Amino acid sequence: MTTALETNELGKQYGRRWALHDCTLTIPKGKVVGLVGPNGAGKTTLLHLAVGLITPTSGTIRVLGGRPGDGPSKLAQMGFVAQATPTYAGLSISNHLRMGAWLNPTWDGDLARRRIEQLGLDPRQKTGSLSGGQRAQVALTLAIAKRPDLLLLDEPVAALDPLARREFLQGLMEIVAEHDVTVVLSSHLVADLERVCDYLVVLVTSHVQLAGDVDKLLASHHRLSGLRRDPRSLPASQHVIEESHTDRQSTLLVRSDAPILDPAWTVTPVTLDDLVLAYMGQARDAERAPQPRMSVIR
Amino acid sequence: MIEFQIDTGSGVATYLQIVHQVHQALQLGLLEPGDQLPTAQKVVAKLAINPNTVLKAYRDLEREGLVQPRPGMGTFVIRSLPGTDPATLNRFLATLTKWLDSARAAGLGVDDIEAIYRTAIRNCFFEAVA
Amino acid sequence: MIRFAWLQFRLQAAVALGALALLAVMLGFTGPHVVHLYDTTVATCATHAKCSSAITAFQSSFHLLQDLGILVIVVPALIGIFWGAPLVARESETGTNLLVWTQSITRTRWIATKLCLVGLASMAVAGLCSLAITWWSSPFDRVGATQFPAFSQRGVVPIGYAAFAFALGVATGVLIRRTLPAMAATLVGFVAVRVVVTLWVRPNLETKIHTIAALHMTPGMGFDQSNNGPISVVGGHPGDWVFSDHLIDKSGHAVGGNFFNQGACLTNRGFAACVGKLREVLVYQPANRYWVFQWYETAIFLVLALIFGALTFWWMRRRTS
Repeated sequence: MTTALETNELGKQYGRRWALHDCTLTIPKGKVVGLVGPNGAGKTTLLHLAVGLITPTSGTIRVLGGRPGDGPSKLAQMGFVAQATPTYAGLSISNHLRMGAWLNPTWDGDLARRRIEQLGLDPRQKTGSLSGGQRAQVALTLAIAKRPDLLLLDEPVAALDPLARREFLQGLMEIVAEHDVTVVLSSHLVADLERVCDYLVVLVTSHVQLAGDVDKLLASHHRLSGLRRDPRSLPASQHVIEESHTDRQSTLLVRSDAPILDPAWTVTPVTLDDLVLAYMGQARDAERAPQPRMSVIR
Repeated sequence: MIEFQIDTGSGVATYLQIVHQVHQALQLGLLEPGDQLPTAQKVVAKLAINPNTVLKAYRDLEREGLVQPRPGMGTFVIRSLPGTDPATLNRFLATLTKWLDSARAAGLGVDDIEAIYRTAIRNCFFEAVA
Repeated sequence: MIRFAWLQFRLQAAVALGALALLAVMLGFTGPHVVHLYDTTVATCATHAKCSSAITAFQSSFHLLQDLGILVIVVPALIGIFWGAPLVARESETGTNLLVWTQSITRTRWIATKLCLVGLASMAVAGLCSLAITWWSSPFDRVGATQFPAFSQRGVVPIGYAAFAFALGVATGVLIRRTLPAMAATLVGFVAVRVVVTLWVRPNLETKIHTIAALHMTPGMGFDQSNNGPISVVGGHPGDWVFSDHLIDKSGHAVGGNFFNQGACLTNRGFAACVGKLREVLVYQPANRYWVFQWYETAIFLVLALIFGALTFWWMRRRTS
């Protein structure tokens, strides 16, 4: 089993609104996956479906080869940190660890205690009195101490200050280096992606816009700048994702598997951040103008 | 032990930055054969980067014959990079100075020369697709 | 899971135990005094006249503690509001449900454990409270024959009330997902059901007994001629639950207000003759049905509790977060 998460036309409807629609993904094991998109795009819905908190309205989802939430053994394979990292404010850190030990047969108590000690936290402190960053670290400890094969994090750093954010990612990367775990990290912040993720999924308006290995995505996207040109004059193998024109100059972001040989263009590499922003912008424009939906890029 | 820095704004891939920093350290004598490179875990705990990036860099260095992993112990330097000898460096400095003089005489300013330099470096050392 | 459920519950348990302990102390110290007072004044009173003053004096003693009976009515509602409603609603509100439901435990096991632990605790608390107050109040109940009027505050029904209030609270918490509205809904629902059962179900748990019989005068019996309807009898059947008790004459007509004011009835012998002309129409539940009614009503509330428990279970299984 080489896929951590597999969905096929997965959809979730609330009343009349589709929070997630027609989502088809194959996320390989062993990667750190960035799940990016604006608020309301369906990231939380996808993660909640993966962990079995909700059930699909249409389509299928399989995690680690089985149905999500299908009994305690499946739940034990997945670690989850929800948005805003909820904890029991009135319980101490050590009571949270006890909860972990009581409710998880795969609990590694030594790992949990070591991590709390490394973080410099007093186990007798109630989690309600911790800072946001500290609480996020405790939540991450709870998720990883059950030794999951798949770790899902819903916007864990969104509400943290830059230092807390850095410390959280340091801790997370250390966990990835130490354990054989697939991580899916959702975020509406595009920064920090390139250093941390090696697989990317862009989710906008409840649809998957882009999905693939970061290296492959960066190799197949280029920024072209040169004299003003009509983008429709480009060969069919080059798909324009984003374009901007002045009276003299055109700048395009294109996807192309073949190298760009036209000498009229100055070709520069694209950063992951620019790539994500371009696809998010394209999706938003497509939503505003009634156009045929863009095909999903793999 | 060597400590790595990552410049996310430079446009250079993270793993390449690590490879270059190891090369530089070898040339400057900060790293010698027998020294251990920091474990991926240590590197990412400080830099918050994907551990696969570090492993990729170390694999590249292994392919270049500069380092070797020892199972259960870590990755160790096995060869040093010969520093370029001063005579060669002076020879190329002289050539470049002559070139700069003739460029200036032809009317090129500092910005022109910098643009030419950057394009040439990119074409030579980094795989550009153009 | 049991240990974790207890960890979350221990503060509430401590509060309940503290309150019960306080109650036990108050009633434990005064209980023997009540019995002593009863034995020395009411039990030994010989004539009717001495007894009625002894009874009145007895009934006005320990006034404040007598009112504690209200606690037995209030405790189930409090349990529903403070133990039932927040059980799931609080977790939904704070988001801790996303934490605990992604541990290696199914939601059904989670809710089953919490329902059982706190549900049984609720029943125990209400039961102990009722036991203490029923024991302490028994001399007063005997004297005033108040077992049916005090029905909700005595015996085993509070256990049923507590179980129902708790289950209702949890169910509203699952449905409403916000603590304060769930608490309000629980209170309203609980009171509504209690009122309906008390007014319409309890009187009919067994078929009421209708009798028409000769009127027998008993000590403490009186007549009420306040409205223009038939004369009603007051205090004629202590201990029974009387719904209507009025007088008719031998031909079945209602006896009007002025019947006993006739000259013939004003002497002792004439009064007896007047009484002999009357029939008593009585609709009541006899005193000996008290315990049967207690068990019936308890059963009704336990069934309601099971229904809401099952609803909670079913909703949790198909719930969307």
